[in-house]
Amino acid sequence: MSLNKIFRNTLLIISASILLSACAVKTTGKMQGDVYTGKDTVEYLASGVPDRVFFATNETVLTTASRETLRKQASWLRKNSKINVVLEGHADERGTREYNLALGERRANAAKDYLMTYGISGNRISVISYGKERPVDSGSNPLAWSKNRRSVTVKAD
Amino acid sequence: MKKIIFFIYICLFIFNWGKAWSLIEVDITRGNLNPLPLAVSPLSVDQNSKEKFKDLLKLEDIGVEISKVVEDNLRQSGLFNPLDPKAFLQKPDIAHVKPRFEDWALIKAQALITGEVKIVDEKLRVEFRLWDVLAGKEIMALAFTTVSENWRRVGHIITDKVYQRLTGEKGYFDTRIIYVAEEGLKTSRIKKLAIMDQDGFNTKYLTLGNELVLTPRFNPTNQMVTYLSYFKNLPRVYLLDIETGIQEVVGDFPGMTFAPRFSPDGKKIIMSFAKDGNSDIYTMDLESREVEKITNHPSIDTSPSYSPDGKYICFNSDRSGYQQIYVMRSDGSKVKRISFGNGLYGTPVWSPRGDLIAFTKLHKGKFYIGVMRTDGTGERLLTENYYQEAPSWSPNGRVLIFYRETKSDSAGKGFSAKLWSIDLTGYNERMVKTETDASDPSWSSLLTD
Repeated sequence: MSLNKIFRNTLLIISASILLSACAVKTTGKMQGDVYTGKDTVEYLASGVPDRVFFATNETVLTTASRETLRKQASWLRKNSKINVVLEGHADERGTREYNLALGERRANAAKDYLMTYGISGNRISVISYGKERPVDSGSNPLAWSKNRRSVTVKAD
Repeated sequence: MKKIIFFIYICLFIFNWGKAWSLIEVDITRGNLNPLPLAVSPLSVDQNSKEKFKDLLKLEDIGVEISKVVEDNLRQSGLFNPLDPKAFLQKPDIAHVKPRFEDWALIKAQALITGEVKIVDEKLRVEFRLWDVLAGKEIMALAFTTVSENWRRVGHIITDKVYQRLTGEKGYFDTRIIYVAEEGLKTSRIKKLAIMDQDGFNTKYLTLGNELVLTPRFNPTNQMVTYLSYFKNLPRVYLLDIETGIQEVVGDFPGMTFAPRFSPDGKKIIMSFAKDGNSDIYTMDLESREVEKITNHPSIDTSPSYSPDGKYICFNSDRSGYQQIYVMRSDGSKVKRISFGNGLYGTPVWSPRGDLIAFTKLHKGKFYIGVMRTDGTGERLLTENYYQEAPSWSPNGRVLIFYRETKSDSAGKGFSAKLWSIDLTGYNERMVKTETDASDPSWSSLLTD
């Protein structure tokens, strides 16, 4: 096999896998994959600073959009150094109660860690998990669940 | 519950216990395809006692009422078919002394329960007998005295004795369920701790609903409850003394503690503690207050449950990437994954008999309640639904109680949460009556053993 042919094959495989992965992440109006990307439930800490980030099912990984939101929150928090926040972690209703409590805690901490890497002191951030106890959308459908898998940054009293 | 409160003096006078060999036997291992037909004759009450009970309890005929409790219990078990009292030919008082077996055989009753209630020194005295209709023999007789307010418990105790005599296994009728009573919108649900008799009667609310409460569990003597409360918005494991109402936080953890249960000796609470995105399992000794870390893994470790001998713990962990069931020694050593089927597994609970672990399984968008042996073999799914979880065992290990939720639209319409029970065989699935919506049930042990 010539080097040229190997090169061509590799290129084919790469382009095929790009195509495949593009198919795997389905983008609908308000969801990418099963992560919520809409604005329905979002509130704002300040102009242009969304209060929440969303997660995929059973996941605690921050998406690109989530990281962008958290960077905005971090910059707002740097400017408002007297404000402390509570990160409220939530899960959807499609899981056992106890595991979801742990999952909500892990999601809120994923957001906390990211804020801390952008210079916000851990002392200013507390974390609470509500598991599946406080959905924002009562619906039993994938869109509602995607809105409920979230970490919300709330000003502390 | 404090047994003293109930003043159950079981003065056993068992006439024939020893020589009671019987032709009737109920096979409880094969489900309930042929429930045993039996007759619960109303307990007889003399006129004087009847009047007094009427004053005390506002019940027209206490004998009939107690019999109804027994009848309902036996029917709910799925193993017995109590016959319609309208078909009974013999008067209760005569049947109790000398049943005419031909009459009872005629309506196809294989067993007969008779009895008598009296008021003695302001207390309720009950005497009952169990008869084998085909053999024409008395196979059990028992009497006991209690305060009259406990009349429903009298029915439960009679059922337990009959169940034990006919099946060879202990009953589960003189027991209570602690659960979370739910009201209001799905997005801001109000939850209270509630306790009721196993058959749904005598509901009492133990908290007011000011803070979110979850996952209550009894201690082995049923006097204490451990649960999760969001009091002051700090989710922590609490301990509640049911009689005194005194509550306290369990331990001094700098973060959320949850998923509590008692050890089988009642001396420790085992629970999860979540910190910095990691949940591990801890125990706290209630006397010495000593805290011990049992698991140490960057994954989520939760829903711990002891084996009845206290030597092992089953728990839920996602260390493999997804929620699975693991078993370890009670010191945290020898961790071994036991669930290997398709799907996710949660809420493992060790059977009081020690041989099985009940669990919740999530597979292809459906939720199942199932059981497996403690090494993970012999997985058996008992029931499938849109959403259900959190099984709890009856004290004899025959029945599981759990909760089930229904689908709703975005306004929350269609949503309900109810308690259900199912026999270990997978038969006899029933909704358990509760005053409000309900979740997180936990079954007590037998109140009188």
